[in-house]
Amino acid sequence: MKDIQFPISDFMPDACIPEGPVDQKWTKYKREAKLINPSNRRKYTVIVVGSGLAGGAAAATLAELGYKVKCFCYQDSPRRAHSIAAQGGINAAHNYQNDGDSVYRLFYDTVKGGDFRARESNVYRLAEVSCNIINQCVAQGVPFGREYGGMLDNRSFGGSQLKRTFYSRGQTGQQLLLGCYQAMEKEIGKGNIEMFTRTEMLDLVVVDGHAKGIVVRDMVTGEIKSHSGDTVIVATGGYGRVFFLSTNAMGCNVGAAHACWKRGAYFANPCYTQIHPTCIPVKGDYQSKLTLMSESLRNDGRIWVPSTRELAEKVRNGSIKASDIPENERDYYLERKYPSFGNLAPRDISSRAAKEACDDNRGIATSGFGVFLDFKDAINRMGKDWIAGQYGNLFEMYEEITDVDPNDEPMMIYPASHYTMGGLWVDYNLQASIPGLHVLGEANFSDHGANRLGASALMQGLSDGYFVISSTLPTYLTSIKPGTVTTAAPEFKAAEDEVKARLNKMMNVKGTRTPDDIHRELGQLMWDNVGMGRTRESLTAAIERIPAIREEFWNNVKVAGTTVGMNMELEKAWRLGCYVEFCELLCYDALAREESCGAHFRLEYQLDDGEAARNDAEYAYVSAWEYKGVGELPVLHKEPLTFETVNLAVRSYK
Amino acid sequence: MANLNLTLKVWRQDTPQSKGSIQTYQANEIPEEASFLEMLDIVNEGLVIAGQEPIHYDHDCREGICGMCSLTINGVPHSGGLVSKVTTCQLHMRKFKDGDTIWIEPFRAEAFPLLRDLIVDRSALDNIIAAGGFIEVRTGSAPEANTMPIRKKTSEAAFDAAACIGCGACVASCKNSSAMLFTSAKAAHLNLLPQGQPEKHKRVLAMVRQMDNLGFGNCTNQYECEAACPKGISVDNIAKLNRDYIIACAAEGVGVYA
Repeated sequence: MKDIQFPISDFMPDACIPEGPVDQKWTKYKREAKLINPSNRRKYTVIVVGSGLAGGAAAATLAELGYKVKCFCYQDSPRRAHSIAAQGGINAAHNYQNDGDSVYRLFYDTVKGGDFRARESNVYRLAEVSCNIINQCVAQGVPFGREYGGMLDNRSFGGSQLKRTFYSRGQTGQQLLLGCYQAMEKEIGKGNIEMFTRTEMLDLVVVDGHAKGIVVRDMVTGEIKSHSGDTVIVATGGYGRVFFLSTNAMGCNVGAAHACWKRGAYFANPCYTQIHPTCIPVKGDYQSKLTLMSESLRNDGRIWVPSTRELAEKVRNGSIKASDIPENERDYYLERKYPSFGNLAPRDISSRAAKEACDDNRGIATSGFGVFLDFKDAINRMGKDWIAGQYGNLFEMYEEITDVDPNDEPMMIYPASHYTMGGLWVDYNLQASIPGLHVLGEANFSDHGANRLGASALMQGLSDGYFVISSTLPTYLTSIKPGTVTTAAPEFKAAEDEVKARLNKMMNVKGTRTPDDIHRELGQLMWDNVGMGRTRESLTAAIERIPAIREEFWNNVKVAGTTVGMNMELEKAWRLGCYVEFCELLCYDALAREESCGAHFRLEYQLDDGEAARNDAEYAYVSAWEYKGVGELPVLHKEPLTFETVNLAVRSYK
Repeated sequence: MANLNLTLKVWRQDTPQSKGSIQTYQANEIPEEASFLEMLDIVNEGLVIAGQEPIHYDHDCREGICGMCSLTINGVPHSGGLVSKVTTCQLHMRKFKDGDTIWIEPFRAEAFPLLRDLIVDRSALDNIIAAGGFIEVRTGSAPEANTMPIRKKTSEAAFDAAACIGCGACVASCKNSSAMLFTSAKAAHLNLLPQGQPEKHKRVLAMVRQMDNLGFGNCTNQYECEAACPKGISVDNIAKLNRDYIIACAAEGVGVYA
């Protein structure tokens, strides 16, 4: 096993965190922030890539303010961005339940949930604007769940002991995104947003050190085109499909973030990848994606496996059913290990506990990679009708996929790649290490540390899009003169040529394996070696294997069709071409971080009871990686994390 | 766990301008547990390896919520008439029998121009929303959320209409290619809520006019749309839209056929 020495740089860009106590930083920032008068705003062109909660909210809000917005998405409509699939809910510190919530507590829970690897100032700001998000969404007509008195209802989510989650049945993301999409369409109708659907960003254009535009592929005609602007906002989500199978949509990809990274933007904490505990288990090698079952189900569902391997074997081979197993032969392992949080333990802990049970040969499902999520007690207590009111669409979705009614037999679930906390490094302004490049939502790294709590992704996307970027963007825009760069700048032509050359190169390999086939191989390697449990050996093995997969891609991929017109195989190939380069970075980061924290679990670093052993003395920093070339070691820059408000503590959910 | 051998009859068309036709493919050894789109993936892998062009179709989330998938299967959008309230991506192969012949066509409508094979352009639906399918509330101008109590029943009814995923199956199923179910669902969602009242008349008039201008047909109350809708959006919304439209015409002093 080779020892890898990562080049480390002393340089780190300023995170631009305002001075003062954490609860006054955002107020102070807004008080002192630069402003642009309404008639001058229209002189600025803002490019927004991605139309999910972060990108859509930013596009709508900036257009309302008077900026000229160009928005891009790969789907046929901005309404289809993958934020739409979020099921459970969105957190806010309204304290409508009178159960002791506050901005501070939401902030604290988020920092603790992230295992003390997030930036305090950003998280506090997130908690501060959380209530404004709910207010905004209600005013837009988002139909949140309500009580009979007409007030908004709340439910619980993992990692919290109170009810602060607002929801729209099991389709909260859909309703929030539609609110956001409608606000966008309003601005599109007025001509304030120019919308480019079926258009994928393939490169970032940097002119004189500033992000000034993008190169895109028109997915209908196949044309490669450039767009210039005064600033570029990337809100393109995460890289969960590096594992091939994930809960992400099929089109979700790392392409835009990867392009920014290659153009010089630092990539932060790529090893923080969230594996969601409650997904429908894998059923076959033809499988294209995994379906999430909302974490909200853990409010009323109890997670268990048979207490013995013999019983589990009988379940696997079909000789007995879950309902045949008596209470005393069931191991409700989350309730046993984490009595105070029980089935609502955070996602990383719940996922790992499921893996441990299955590694102990007590897993169910034909593959042995599954655990039960059982509603029997809740049905007996509250009745089927009540359960249907809470989770009706999720039960139907489960039955549609598995042909089993969760009212009769417990659901079978297993962890799956779901969300990525890591992302492009940004400062307090949400500006990347390239001036003029701003990164929002899941695509940035800033708020969730090493693990994201449930119902916090929607909060962050909308916080960044509706309330943060509108205040922080003028900080950059007032430092430049608008409209100075057009697509006539030679950098655009050069980037277009590079993109075309790369597309042609893929096209001309004419090998024997489809992009999906190679992606599956890469995904399996990443899942086995860089998934829920990582070791120095597993990571080193992955790093040694990846160049061969990359070579396989460039020597043996078979891309049908041509670069002209619609070509879904070429789209897949382009995205895979990004993954085969990016995946190495994920391994490097996981290898360099010799501690366990949140979702990053190194088997070598665990406490006696199997919990993550954090090493605050040596690793309380953000790893921000600088690109140095394909196959070259990236350079590590460190942003120290200072905790002025919360005490660094062992994260306990017992 | 059985495998299925199927015959596919698929609409193929290279470009919007070219002439399309139905082509026949064999789909062999398809696992019953696979989804319909996974079945197409398997067929496409085979086509690509054999040096042919894969069948192009729209899809993304594969969990029935993004509204991108859009196949007409055996003449019925999404479900092939085999199950109710599913999107194409939620249809599973166990609903088919070994030896079946399956006809796969795009969502056909004048307002949905075909782009390639089974992919159509549904941006007309976005244009209907842009005309008035929103509540105009600038970011930052919202009052505190609980200052406006909303009856649970009202909120639930608004949600039922808001559950529309904008897939266009209603249009594809309609002999008139009418977008009334889509338009009425958005209008009902917003018109039912107290927040939506100030713009109610303006919204209804603008959305209906836009729908007519984009080439969608009229509704003749056949209710195929409700049967095809993967989210069970009710045709009651159409009745409500017609009512709201007449009231809006009277309130705004414009002609019904303007």
